[in-house]
Amino acid sequence: MDQPDRRREGALARRERRLAYALLMPTFLLVLAVVLLPLLANFWISVKPVTLAELRPPSLILKEQVRGDLAAAGDEARLEYRYRNSSIKYPLEEVVFTDSLPAGVVVTSLDPACVLESDGAALRCELGTLDGKARGKIRIGITAGDGFSGDKASFKAGFKASVPTATFTAYNVMTSFDFTLANFERVFSAAEFWDVLKVSVYYTVFGTAGALLLGLFAAQILQKAFFGRPLIRGLMLFPYVAPVIAVAFSWVVLFDPFSGAVNAMLLQMDVAEGPINFFGQRSVTIDVFGFGLTLPMALTMVILFEVWRYFPLSFLFILARMQSIPSDIYEAAEIDGATPIQQFWFLSLPYIAGILAVLFLLRFIWTFNKFDDIFLLTGGNAGTRTLTVNVYEQAFAISNLGAGAAVAVVIFALLLVFSVIFIRFSPKDAS
Amino acid sequence: MKFWMHGMFGAVLAGGIWVALWQIIVTMALIVTTGAGLTLQAGPALLAGMVAGPVAILLRPPTRLVRHGIGITVMAALLWGFTLGAPFDPNGLLPAWQSVVAIIIAAAAGWLSLTSTIGAMAPAMQARYAAETFYLRLLWGLGLMMFVLIVAVPFYVMVMTSLKSQQSLLANPLDFSIDPAVGGAVLFRSYIELFTEYDFGTLLLNSAIVSVATVLITLLFSVPGAYAVAKLRFPGRKWLSGSVLLIYLIPAIILVIPLYAVFSQLGLRNSLLGLCIVYPATTIPVALYMLRGYFAGLPSELDDAGLMDGLSRLQIITRIAMPLSMPAIASVALYVFMIAWNEFLFAFMFLDDVKLFTLSRGIVSLNSSEVPRQHLMAGAVIATTPVLILFLWFERFLVTGLTAGSVKG
Repeated sequence: MDQPDRRREGALARRERRLAYALLMPTFLLVLAVVLLPLLANFWISVKPVTLAELRPPSLILKEQVRGDLAAAGDEARLEYRYRNSSIKYPLEEVVFTDSLPAGVVVTSLDPACVLESDGAALRCELGTLDGKARGKIRIGITAGDGFSGDKASFKAGFKASVPTATFTAYNVMTSFDFTLANFERVFSAAEFWDVLKVSVYYTVFGTAGALLLGLFAAQILQKAFFGRPLIRGLMLFPYVAPVIAVAFSWVVLFDPFSGAVNAMLLQMDVAEGPINFFGQRSVTIDVFGFGLTLPMALTMVILFEVWRYFPLSFLFILARMQSIPSDIYEAAEIDGATPIQQFWFLSLPYIAGILAVLFLLRFIWTFNKFDDIFLLTGGNAGTRTLTVNVYEQAFAISNLGAGAAVAVVIFALLLVFSVIFIRFSPKDAS
Repeated sequence: MKFWMHGMFGAVLAGGIWVALWQIIVTMALIVTTGAGLTLQAGPALLAGMVAGPVAILLRPPTRLVRHGIGITVMAALLWGFTLGAPFDPNGLLPAWQSVVAIIIAAAAGWLSLTSTIGAMAPAMQARYAAETFYLRLLWGLGLMMFVLIVAVPFYVMVMTSLKSQQSLLANPLDFSIDPAVGGAVLFRSYIELFTEYDFGTLLLNSAIVSVATVLITLLFSVPGAYAVAKLRFPGRKWLSGSVLLIYLIPAIILVIPLYAVFSQLGLRNSLLGLCIVYPATTIPVALYMLRGYFAGLPSELDDAGLMDGLSRLQIITRIAMPLSMPAIASVALYVFMIAWNEFLFAFMFLDDVKLFTLSRGIVSLNSSEVPRQHLMAGAVIATTPVLILFLWFERFLVTGLTAGSVKG
């Protein structure tokens, strides 16, 4: 063999590196644009006093009109420019507009704000600073001079052709360096904020744990082979595979207080005394041995929905893991006289502990991030408003983008805390 | 004295539970399929089952046929007797043959559940092993029944509600009976109205366009990326493959405000193009992660052989890596299709124009007091059917995709 050529190897490695970067570049750019930059932008918006209406930067709305016609030399008419600041809050500064005049048109009277340029062929008006909502008119008297040629139609066409151009310095709240902590103050001082946080934590903890336990149970049931197992395994995944919109509304219809089947069935079977508004009632008091036990009703329902919708996923993972356990250890245990519960507790459970931990932390974060389900089921009413629903409420229902972004920042901060905790305590064979 | 480890106690317990449960289920099924206002008699059924338990454990004729024949007859007689001759229909609302069929079904289901739970257990004290096996069998049966019911009922209600008329829904919410005599035009009225008046054809098309485009863009970006991470050496490779999934943990709700602001200014907000940009960005990281694992499993000798034969790296991807990893690509494609088809948040926030609605967005607008409930459910069925068909058809691929593709929701 020849001596290895270092220089050529270096060139090959360089080519490989460049190719790798080229292949990854599109992905990186897209993720940067749609995920990472918005993430940063969210922090920016959270310290801006911006509402939904101010999303468009203020601009000058300018309309040009001609009063009267010029058909022959000596005819008089009037030019009218109407202008308006599109923003109701922020000023426009250094507003200037220019417009060219058709050939042969002579200006007879000029607004003090305006001057003629290029030997009377162009008009330039300086409007200075326009406050929010400011509007006004500029009138220019014109006449057809000696050089005027043409008729009514060509005169109109000439005016249509020259559109006035405006320049101004707009105050754009999004790009300005005007910061405020009012959004965070607003979010934290709101009476319901701590309730929202509490609901979020309840929803996340019980939703995650419930889905995990139900998934574990389902996996135990479907581990044993029986007639119809493939069919039932497919059926079990339906809640997860179907669109959230379809299953959420099915639940809403099913549990409707007036036309829902569940209420009708409960009434029919004499279980309930009157219709129960499952998704609209904040809490329910149950009589347990004479003690009134108050439970959150709508929150319990959305947690049950979460458990119902996501247990298939835990089920799938746990089943896959259990089927990879070698069967001879069970045979050995059987010979040693271990009972079924002992076999589950001392053999199966240690095997699936890793996947349970991973599932728990991932599902925990995803349940915490969940928005669609609660929004569709209750709209965040009746004591089910989580942090994610609160983002929507603040930003789009109350139209305060800044406050919504501030809640989103709180969510992000909590996610970071969770991640740090999880990374510290996660098992090493996490994948 | 551990009475619960006695075979006879187990038989009585299992008998009571199973027969009462089947009584509840058959009564509910009768109410739902006939629309009749029946009354539930769970108590008498419980007693009948508790009597049937000892019969089941003591009755051991030589053949199964004889055993079940006698057992079901005894079971039916017990049910009939304990409920004073009318297990389901004390008020005589149903035709006699329906009552008889219901009794036979309830008796057979109760008896077979009971005997398979009891198994070979003898009416004597049981060892711990046998007792645990018995209780786990009971739990297994109950669990199976519970899972089938909780999963199937919402979908059943969804389909049946979509076939009802407004009047019959309000008159009796429990009546899911279908009368085929009314004809297809009446039965599928909600669907016909959705397609004629609510323009669901366009919505379906929009959803299909966005989902297919998302799948194509995702594959176009993630296949080369995954190949690079799996097969090429470059600084930052380890870091990259680890951090890709972190993106998956960022909630969409955090991104929605900035994207709404920027897309509004760029004119991308109220457009399908905007969705075709956002959806791939959320699916590419996980697609890349899934494909990376598969590509890494392909032997590097294949790539080397390709390089020796003068193929470029891109040709290696299209001619060697991709054909060999078709199962993985199919999983990714199905998974991404499902995510895009089911996506709600961005479609809801971005789309204002009815002509551009995707199915998710369109169905939300059906959720108002002016639109009857059966239209909402018909919309839900229309949105669910394509994904469920795809899922059942390609279940193997999708299950791989779901397990490999993590835990997103």
